[in-house]
Amino acid sequence: MNIIVCLKQVPDTESQIKIGSDGKSILTDDIKWVMNPYDEFGVEEALRLKEKFGGTVTVVGLGPKRVTEAIRTALAMGADKGVLVNDDALNGSDSIATAKALAAAIKNLEYDVILTGQRGVDDDMGVTGAALAEFLGIPQLSLIIKLEVAEDGKSVKATRPVEGQALTIESSLPALITAQKGLNEPRYASLPGIMKAKKKPLEEKTLADLGLNAAEFGSSARKVKILEITPPPERGGGKVITGETAQEKAAELAKLLHEEAKII
Amino acid sequence: MAQGVWTIAEQRDGELRKITYEIVSEGRRLADVLGQEVTVVLLGSNIKDKATQLGQYGADKVLVADDARLETYTTDAYVEVISQLVRANDPAVLLIGASVQGKDLSARLSARLGVGMAQDCTAFSIEAGNLIAIRPIYAGKAYTKLTFENSLPQMAAARPNVMSISEPNASRSAEVIDATFTMDDSTLKTKVVSVIKDEGGKVDLTEADKIVSGGRGMKGPENFKILEDLADVIGASVGASRSAVDAGWRSHTDQVGQTGKVVSPNLYIACGISGAIQHLAGMSTSKVIVAINKDEDAPIFQKADYGVVGDLFDVVPALTEEAKKYLS
Repeated sequence: MNIIVCLKQVPDTESQIKIGSDGKSILTDDIKWVMNPYDEFGVEEALRLKEKFGGTVTVVGLGPKRVTEAIRTALAMGADKGVLVNDDALNGSDSIATAKALAAAIKNLEYDVILTGQRGVDDDMGVTGAALAEFLGIPQLSLIIKLEVAEDGKSVKATRPVEGQALTIESSLPALITAQKGLNEPRYASLPGIMKAKKKPLEEKTLADLGLNAAEFGSSARKVKILEITPPPERGGGKVITGETAQEKAAELAKLLHEEAKII
Repeated sequence: MAQGVWTIAEQRDGELRKITYEIVSEGRRLADVLGQEVTVVLLGSNIKDKATQLGQYGADKVLVADDARLETYTTDAYVEVISQLVRANDPAVLLIGASVQGKDLSARLSARLGVGMAQDCTAFSIEAGNLIAIRPIYAGKAYTKLTFENSLPQMAAARPNVMSISEPNASRSAEVIDATFTMDDSTLKTKVVSVIKDEGGKVDLTEADKIVSGGRGMKGPENFKILEDLADVIGASVGASRSAVDAGWRSHTDQVGQTGKVVSPNLYIACGISGAIQHLAGMSTSKVIVAINKDEDAPIFQKADYGVVGDLFDVVPALTEEAKKYLS
């Protein structure tokens, strides 16, 4: 079974986000970059499929050179080879353009299953996976917490939690699956894994290598334009509830929630 | 020229979901600024009778795609039908609810239509005749203001529980139109084979009006009982911080935060949650935030409208009793 995992690098979730002086970008100087947490679930699921069915796990990343760290991490976890789509012209691309570049990098590879995170925890869009499936002409199964590939490797059953329900969806393969938290517990890279990863193949591709026109990518080609980025709205100063005992404090809080906030 | 505001209705088992009323109401407000009509696209099987309600909330037209293959949502069938209708009618604005289904649908649909999309928006406006969308990024650590360029329809999905629902007007009605579309069975590659309802029948966190959430300070899974007791009394759902979920005390589906659910209830009560950035990111659009924590320096207090410094094991049960007095 041939499995592809798409991943991106994002600021660690504990990062403070600071806005650049242009008011339209994020300052990246002090940011610690990590593999997108949802993509880790994708890598882990790919490795489990490989352990069951055999085959190859190819990791495809997109972004600047530093993204090789995230790809190496996936290789250290057990993936076989990596591809990085790296081109300055990609900077600032929106989800649709990103998916187009990924599709170009993937369309000539063999695959049965493509895995990726349900969204990047940076832009929080959750569009790239679905758009990639669209451009490859394959079904998508998004926000998946359980995946069962049939013994013959031709179809898949995937479980998606929706509000108040869990749906199990059946699809033919190849298909693209986006991973939701709960799908698995990603493994840590072992020391021998890290050593081995250094020798695994990692190819870099530019847009020209993929036969793509640079003018269709990057900030200037965005269909969704960023007018400004602002800090979150400040919340007004809160009230500290006073009282001698827990009982008194609870009584005061309930009173405020009833009379002032009018919520209970 | 592209004209009109379109919203996609979401139904489950033939019943319209709350998010539908949210986006129809919001679509009406935007259409009034533009001086244009609101069209609701309603997909399902034997669903036409629901069009009346949609008219009362502001729809001028309801375009009904009635087909047995549309009874239950699948990406393939819904994207196929909606993309045909959009291409044939050329709306200026296309609004979808950013529920789980809506997120799946909007992502694929934007790629099919080749247009930009703003996911999980918290506010919309019209400036110079164009749609402006505000959406949180980095799970709410920053907000971005967006517009669309060479991209029609201007497509956006609205975060559940954020857009206010208008008062229905019983004298309003919508023109009901049967949609014309084709569907080739060979393009339908996915199907829903089972539906399992969550136990307990609690409202999902993303749709909940009130949430009581517990963190590391709960000390163990058994202690969530006191949060459930409070939740039962005030009609809340129970959430958890990442540390409580990672410790195995609560299910992944209960996690609130950057790598969990992003919630916007009217009331969020954080119990024994210190307020790590990634947690605050998931709940800071709640309307009223209450923090109950022993540590008066916990960052959660900076976000809270009401803070109680105290032992949650004393305060929460006392609050449950006090709340009963107002609710009985």
